[in-house]
Amino acid sequence: MNEQPQNLRNFTINFGPQHPAAHGVLRLVLELDGEVVERVDPHIGLLHRGTEKLIEQKTYLQAIPYFDRLDYVAPMNQEHAFCLAAERLLGIEVPRRGQLIRVLYCEIGRILSHLLNVTTQAMDVGALTPPLWGFEEREKLMVFYERASGSRMHAAFFRVGGVHQDLPQKLIDDIEAWCDPFLKVVDDLDRLLTANRIFKQRNVDIGVVPLKEAWEWGFSGVMVRGSGAAWDLRKSQPYECYAEMDFDIPIGKNGDCYDRYLIRMEEMRQSVRIMKQCIQKLNAPDGKGPVVVADNKVAPPRRGEMKRSMEALIHHFKLYTEGVHVPPGEIYAAVEAPKGEFGVYLVSDGTNKPYKCKIRAPGFAHLQAMDHICRGHLLADVSAILGSLDIVFGEVDR
Amino acid sequence: MDDAKLDALGQTIVSALPGAATGHSVAFNQLTVDVEAAKIVEVVKYLRDDPSCRFVNITDITAVDYPDREKRFDVIYHFLSPTLNARIRLKAQADETTQVPSLIDVFPGADWFEREAYDLYGVFFVGHPDMRRILTDYGFEGHPLRKDFPLTGFVEVRYDDQEKRVGYEPVRLNQEFRKFDFLSPWEGADYPLPGDEKAGPKS
Repeated sequence: MNEQPQNLRNFTINFGPQHPAAHGVLRLVLELDGEVVERVDPHIGLLHRGTEKLIEQKTYLQAIPYFDRLDYVAPMNQEHAFCLAAERLLGIEVPRRGQLIRVLYCEIGRILSHLLNVTTQAMDVGALTPPLWGFEEREKLMVFYERASGSRMHAAFFRVGGVHQDLPQKLIDDIEAWCDPFLKVVDDLDRLLTANRIFKQRNVDIGVVPLKEAWEWGFSGVMVRGSGAAWDLRKSQPYECYAEMDFDIPIGKNGDCYDRYLIRMEEMRQSVRIMKQCIQKLNAPDGKGPVVVADNKVAPPRRGEMKRSMEALIHHFKLYTEGVHVPPGEIYAAVEAPKGEFGVYLVSDGTNKPYKCKIRAPGFAHLQAMDHICRGHLLADVSAILGSLDIVFGEVDR
Repeated sequence: MDDAKLDALGQTIVSALPGAATGHSVAFNQLTVDVEAAKIVEVVKYLRDDPSCRFVNITDITAVDYPDREKRFDVIYHFLSPTLNARIRLKAQADETTQVPSLIDVFPGADWFEREAYDLYGVFFVGHPDMRRILTDYGFEGHPLRKDFPLTGFVEVRYDDQEKRVGYEPVRLNQEFRKFDFLSPWEGADYPLPGDEKAGPKS
């Protein structure tokens, strides 16, 4: 062999920003030695909209819609974190029916997100059918969003102190009727993917993250559960009425892409379980009642009341112009969003606008480990790993 | 964890790290420890390795800007201990020139959070191997989350059809950005109201 080493060089290629497997606008600069990845340099910020700066200029109510636009596949889970933060500073407790509706819609959001992730990950590794099946169910869920809030995605349904409106009984019945057939769809997806030879070849033992590394890289959610930690904020630091719900936390053993896929599949089944319990509790006598706190300094009075009461009219006007004054203080409130721990660090100075609102997005922490996880893998594994990290650029770039 | 336990944990941390951790407080069931910016690595190592703490998960690093203060930034660190099922918040004061040691050797996950704090606030971390901007555009100037940075920014991007390329221009607003003062609409403001400048000073 007459090789000339000085002619060997690494290739540097751009992956994205316009690449279907980049899950949005991610630009990865990959340094390749043959087909082996030597270095990954993710360039993010192509979808940066300055959400945190904008929220500082808006009242608490006006800030809520920005949260829909972060992780836009599970909008209400984000609103939830912000509402929890403001509620803890205000020291108010949401009425029981409001809590149940919130949990119901958070679990719908979780299924929305996992359906998108599991099926598009399958598409990243070459399967076309799962997205077609999964998106049909997502469509039905988005109709439930629309029937509750008037909007398929950007709901702005959660408010400080509860939710905006009560659900009609017909909607609750329809969600209940959706649950069992959906489990069949999950089983179908299961049959399509779990034992599939190609899917396993592309995912098993790819992107392994040991638990110690998962913690110190700032991972959360499915990423630490895949590595074997039984850690779920819904169980370990329960908020709303998660403490009274009966559900299991699936965990993985190997911390690879395949384990994370299996966990997401099981979490969808568990979410349906929680939804069924919510519906049962909503239909029970003690599940009836107000959906938002009665304090008119926080939540607007009902429309009918406004037509008759001068006091209510003044409150309504003040709330929608001046907004809620939140007592000074700082708080970090986190929820178990589908992608991991979604946190809001809120600093209030006692006025009607947040002084500082830091959004802690799970995808941001996961994506920064791309270089660490991908090193030594093949080029084709990059898209499989990226898929299993569950990245949505709305929340990464903010 | 209840407040009493958090308070005890805070006291343990402060007494174990004299000169590095200067005080603690518990508010809204959350523990905050004030630390010296220069000693942050020592504190974080203690929190990670001490068997009574085990804060092994880095949650977040950010900053808060208080322009009126002598040291204008609070650098905020959040950690999570899955063993204790508790969170901790570290707070260090810094200004534009303070060299805050980077945590990247203790927690590799500090990487992007520090880059973000640098990008958006201009907090300077030393020891970080790759201190580039992260969220803003290539070649962006300024630190947008500072309180003295205007919401509209200074430049806007436009596609120039003649030159066939994207270029930057100073921001030109067709309508002034409206900032309503809702804080005291009933009591009357002690400054001229927007649109009411001709009325003259109040007697």
